[in-house]
Amino acid sequence: MIRLLLAFLAALAAPAVAQDLLPPAPYAYTQLEDPALEARAQALMETLRCLKCQSQSIADSDAPMAGDMRHQVRTRIAAGESPDEVRAWLVARYGDYVSYKPTVSATTWPLFAIPLLLLAAVAVILRRRLGRAR
Amino acid sequence: MTYLRWVLLALVAGLFGLFAYMLAQPKDEFVHSAMIGQPIPAFDLPPAVADRPGLSNRDLADGQPKLLNVFASWCVPCAAEAPNLAKLEAAGANIVAVAIRDRPEDVARFLEVYGNPFSRIGKDDISAVQLSIGSSGVPETFVIDGEGVIRHQHIGDIRDSDVSVLLAELREAGA
Repeated sequence: MIRLLLAFLAALAAPAVAQDLLPPAPYAYTQLEDPALEARAQALMETLRCLKCQSQSIADSDAPMAGDMRHQVRTRIAAGESPDEVRAWLVARYGDYVSYKPTVSATTWPLFAIPLLLLAAVAVILRRRLGRAR
Repeated sequence: MTYLRWVLLALVAGLFGLFAYMLAQPKDEFVHSAMIGQPIPAFDLPPAVADRPGLSNRDLADGQPKLLNVFASWCVPCAAEAPNLAKLEAAGANIVAVAIRDRPEDVARFLEVYGNPFSRIGKDDISAVQLSIGSSGVPETFVIDGEGVIRHQHIGDIRDSDVSVLLAELREAGA
């Protein structure tokens, strides 16, 4: 009986997350007609971050905004822009946040430098230990 | 060799200290627009409702600084900020808006219920204008100066304490 009541209530419940009722943008879920262009767009979309979901690329996300971003990427690629130009357009608006492609910059260089330093330290320690054991 | 042990201990202690410090910092969850100081990109949106004109970038470069509110009828915090938008309008702010992914009948009903402080409302069905100005959600409010340059971005709903901040930003933009 309780189970039945719960099922009834679940059917009544409206989703708490606000969502719009408009259809997705034309090129949100539609591939470009030219397979070569679509491949370039797809490769680019996999390296762009969804602004709403944060841990997904726009290629992976079903958020309406990610769909609108895919539409931008596909229409811009179809209009002849290069993937780098489209990425630069988005980075000019959202900063490095929107890019999943790692680049060395003033704020990210430690991410690249620290592993190298650690490897160097390991090499030094191993050399000393092994040298002493011999 | 014992000094190496102390160095390692200090490193690990330093690392944990860093963790503790960073965990204690309030996290900034917002994605800030990188377009502050840039002219608003060209766009031309049709009207979102019958009784207000649409919005283009030329309307934002007519010499008068304005607030640009990015909103949607399906957005709950947009309803929450309505009284403060009314206060801003009463204080003399010219507020224009972009309705994101919204149906005209829904926008009209939303404005009927929560009030209409907007002089123009553009209809953006694919978030194109929103993406072009570096906005990542609704509601957001931008201060645009008389030349059409983006001066300030407010992310999230406008709270009581934000009203005076936005009015000050408008004055700084030349209002």
